[in-house]
Amino acid sequence: MNRKKLIELRGITKSFDGEVVLDNISLDIYEDEFITLLGPSGCGKTTTLRIIGGFETPDSGDVIFDGARINDTPPYKRHINTVFQRYALFPHLNVYENIAFGLRVARIRDEEEISRRVREMLEMVNLKGFERRHVTTLSGGQQQRVAIARALINKPRVLLLDEPLGALDLKLRKDMQNELKSMQKRTGITFIYVTHDQEEALSMSDTVVVMNNGSIMQIGTPTDIYNEPKNAYVADFIGESNIVDGVMIDDYSVKMSGHTFVCVDAGFGKNTPVDVVVRPEDVDVVAPESGMLRGKVTSVTFKGVHYEVIVDIGGFKWMIQTTDYVAPDAEIGVDIEPDAIHIMNKSEYSGMFGDYSSFSDELDALSENTEEEED
Amino acid sequence: MKKSFIERAAAYPHIVWSVLFIIAPLIFVVYYTFTDADGAFTTENVERMFTSNYVLIFINSVCLALIATVICLLIAYPLAYIFSRMKEKWQRIMILLIMIPLWMNFLITTYSWMTILEDTGIINSILSLFGLSAHMINTPGAVVIGMVFCFLPYMILPIYTVMSGIDERLLEASADLGCSGWQRLTKVVMPMSLSGVISGITMVFVPSISTFYISQKLGGGTFQLIGDTIESYFVGTAINYHFGAALSLVLMILILISMAIMNHYTDSEQAERRRIK
Repeated sequence: MNRKKLIELRGITKSFDGEVVLDNISLDIYEDEFITLLGPSGCGKTTTLRIIGGFETPDSGDVIFDGARINDTPPYKRHINTVFQRYALFPHLNVYENIAFGLRVARIRDEEEISRRVREMLEMVNLKGFERRHVTTLSGGQQQRVAIARALINKPRVLLLDEPLGALDLKLRKDMQNELKSMQKRTGITFIYVTHDQEEALSMSDTVVVMNNGSIMQIGTPTDIYNEPKNAYVADFIGESNIVDGVMIDDYSVKMSGHTFVCVDAGFGKNTPVDVVVRPEDVDVVAPESGMLRGKVTSVTFKGVHYEVIVDIGGFKWMIQTTDYVAPDAEIGVDIEPDAIHIMNKSEYSGMFGDYSSFSDELDALSENTEEEED
Repeated sequence: MKKSFIERAAAYPHIVWSVLFIIAPLIFVVYYTFTDADGAFTTENVERMFTSNYVLIFINSVCLALIATVICLLIAYPLAYIFSRMKEKWQRIMILLIMIPLWMNFLITTYSWMTILEDTGIINSILSLFGLSAHMINTPGAVVIGMVFCFLPYMILPIYTVMSGIDERLLEASADLGCSGWQRLTKVVMPMSLSGVISGITMVFVPSISTFYISQKLGGGTFQLIGDTIESYFVGTAINYHFGAALSLVLMILILISMAIMNHYTDSEQAERRRIK
């Protein structure tokens, strides 16, 4: 693809009070791209965004914007605008003046032009008629829209969005996701989006950057990240996965849980220990005697679209998502198609994820809540 | 909803207090203003004030109080801004340092300034080492210094309180939208700290215009301010409660007018917000 690099991060390192937050990050961001930095709290995604925005200076490494090094360029001289976490609207100004702020700072004197451009922005974010309203009287979703309009009115080359939908309820969040995506397409502005919500990242982005502990784990399209995770960490963070110890018998052949499966991966070498990822929705439930593997159902949860079934196969608990009901304690067989099996090299994350023996929805909800408290 | 008996009863002490110590004295002031020594109605006290002597005293008082207020504002505003952007630990220490002078009786503070500013005081002893001398005590300048020193904390504290409430991210947002350092100050910090400035001005201007102690000690009786004049009619040799009350009443009205003007700015802003809601 013939895309133009807009921002390059080269070997960025940053620490706060001796604690390394970003460890040698390198990343290319292209024009007209919707790129998402995804990771749990404390992974360095917000710091990366703030370095691009100019609110933090890297300890080492270079920030290149359109070919020029901008490490020491203050935020107000960058063609980059930001939608802040919790909006940061000016409480002393009404909606109109909040949006017009960037134009007034740019010393545009022509009131007609200001009025025309503010109205354009209001129309784009569906807030027509809100000009005179005071920002403190708006709902979270409306404030969000004002923040976006305010950031876009200066026609930046890049828009940074720091967990912009974190404070909205689910329904509103889904609507805003669609709107943001279509706004990005219409304006052609590069969006750099920070979130800890993997579903949000997958559904909106052209490129997803998975981060953990100040390092980039994987960069790729949403389908790449989901279907070809690079290590157990990414596989576990993006969606649900069963991550099983396996041995590559030969090219296109992997042995796990005592059965040799046909797969589509090659080039790992003979008898190499690997991590095998199987997504819960890719496992087929069959009769016990005809299955490739055989196990005992330990729990069944109805999820609306499907049942979430935990199956004990040789001591390892698998998660299976199926539309057919199976009874708890039943013996079942499972089949896995070759293209549902994804092989990864062993990494420092091997064995840490992908077993559902201690899995519960409560625990999942708990860990999500703590993530949302990130600042 | 109707308030319970206890809720209403809880308000009574305050009502009694207000009537005894606020409303009753006010009525006395008005009463004395418009009566003579025999208790008969008269407007003579008010008329007497408009002889040039007293008008001049009023103008003097207003001028000195205004100068002191402006100097306080010029010192306090940057200080409050710097404090509000410090680390929290340092903010607490700085505010403590600002508060400490308030714990001292301001009569003592004023006496200290006398020994500093006197012709044989600390500053002049130092200057004399270089063969210099400066006459400072008993000048309007000395009075202004006294006012600024005594009332500066009342300017810093309300401005600091408002400024420390300004979210750092608003400053980042304005930088993001193209504001240089100076523009951040004029476009965000200043408009948002206006209410603190207004209460600061009120809290410095009102005691400055009515002070009598500072002007007596540091002005040395070479000129009179309105506070001195009022005091002299209540405790001095020329006791005249009726004329003293008239002067107090006019001073009070003057202060009320200036406060109304100041509040007009903040009020119109708040009214705007209420109207929109």
